[in-house]
Amino acid sequence: MTEGTKIPFSVREIRQQFPALRQTIYGKNLIYFDNGATSQKPQVVLDAINRYYSKDNANIHRGVHFMSQKATTEFEEARISIQKYLNARKSEEIIFTKGTTDGINLVAFSFGELLNEGDEILITAMEHHSNIVPWQMLCERKKLVLKVAPINSKGELIEEEFDKLLSKRTKLVAVTHISNTLGTINPVKELARKAHAVGSKILVDGAQSIQHMKVDVRDLDCDFYVFSSHKVFGPTGIGVLYGKEDILDRMPPYQGGGDMIAKVTFEKTTYNELPHKFEAGTPHIAGGICLGEAIRFLNSQDIEAIQRHEKELAHYAQDMLDTFEGVRIIGEAKQKTSVVSFVVDKLHPFDIGTLLDKQGIAVRTGHHCTQPLMDFFKIPGTVRASFAFYNTKEEIDTFIAAVEKSIAILK
Amino acid sequence: MNITEKQQEIIDEFSIYDDWMEKYEYIIELGKELEAFPEDKRTDDRLIEGCQSRVWLSTDVQNGNMHFRADSDAIITKGIIGLLIRVLNGETPETVAKSELFFIQEIGLQEHLSPTRANGLLSMVKRMKMDALKASTELNKN
Repeated sequence: MTEGTKIPFSVREIRQQFPALRQTIYGKNLIYFDNGATSQKPQVVLDAINRYYSKDNANIHRGVHFMSQKATTEFEEARISIQKYLNARKSEEIIFTKGTTDGINLVAFSFGELLNEGDEILITAMEHHSNIVPWQMLCERKKLVLKVAPINSKGELIEEEFDKLLSKRTKLVAVTHISNTLGTINPVKELARKAHAVGSKILVDGAQSIQHMKVDVRDLDCDFYVFSSHKVFGPTGIGVLYGKEDILDRMPPYQGGGDMIAKVTFEKTTYNELPHKFEAGTPHIAGGICLGEAIRFLNSQDIEAIQRHEKELAHYAQDMLDTFEGVRIIGEAKQKTSVVSFVVDKLHPFDIGTLLDKQGIAVRTGHHCTQPLMDFFKIPGTVRASFAFYNTKEEIDTFIAAVEKSIAILK
Repeated sequence: MNITEKQQEIIDEFSIYDDWMEKYEYIIELGKELEAFPEDKRTDDRLIEGCQSRVWLSTDVQNGNMHFRADSDAIITKGIIGLLIRVLNGETPETVAKSELFFIQEIGLQEHLSPTRANGLLSMVKRMKMDALKASTELNKN
């Protein structure tokens, strides 16, 4: 499909492309509202996985034979598809990783090597553990200082406080684009401008954003952007780190091994160029190729129509839940994506989640790997329904009835 | 009634439910009926932190038999605790330490005792058996 031609959005037609949605759980039609954890896969991606292992399986970058060259071409074409989708300047700026967590750890280790005692890392109070712990480990290793910008009771970043914490000592701002627990969309373009004004770099955790909106890394002007394939309709075990070329060039390699070297002797080894410098060992070839397929699938969709649909679903669910006595929505940011997190007075999220499961509805319960955020709201966890473009209003009606039934049983 | 008979009795009770929701309604009832946990026993050393729910366990030996009391912040977890206590309380330390809790699998609740569920129950059962093992060593000493 050429650039610009988009498939008109139809939820009925899009559902047809996701075979996992057509199944029954405990005798009920599956309702999959755990898209924040992982997305289901469209047929084109499933076909690509099958095609790769049935026909094209070979190791890449070194082989002279036909299959190896074909696999290499497809893997590198996937890199180019991702580069174009993110609007990165060069495909060398696209590093394949294991996922968002791996990408953040890569930056924490490798960019961290460029930092000195007393330098500061600034994160926010709504970060996922994977955008907290790698920085804590780095701070311990290099004697840096971790600063945390607070949020308000709606779950929005308090920008004045963020500004106060930002200083000449700040060397990196690491912030989530969209909160996995609250759905809050952070103004990352604005934060990037502010970070750069004090000479800091900025990493954007895109685990929850790329599947819901058009991401243009040049427009955002972020220095790093990380995401996981499995949340954007691709396979598990692979993800992407986008980094600006000049910064990636200055960073030392993360892991040593094959593919990342230029020349090895026992006395001295020189490293390969970007992006291979950061891709030691045989990568997840099938994963990369199939992520490319997922990105092309996403690119063929009308993302604006999808956003409208997802917003409508979230509003509908939130309005319905609001009518229940004792239900509190956690995360009421003005700029919010299709996540509805809630708690019910005197009831434990685990109990509600277990009863919803038995009614065929997959939601996530617990702290969502954001324990500091749960402490902030003084709750043990939430029930989180996170929607994707293949979810429907009818599913929400069933979900609401199931929540009502669960509350009645538990009270 | 021995430990095997107690487990069989629970299996028989659950056999009348063919619907998952009915089964869970019963577990929730058991959770609501669970003997109140003494507040002075709600201490950090008795807390078993799960990823989803938290469990408190207090162990005593009464007349040479194990006596457990437990609690959770989640009512379904409490219901399952009620079943475990019904099976294990009043048994000798040796019996508890060696017990095979086959009823969990039979009534279809094994997911709650899997390491992935992380509701604290698996760790609670492990701690119950450890406590029983300790008690059995103590009793043999005397």
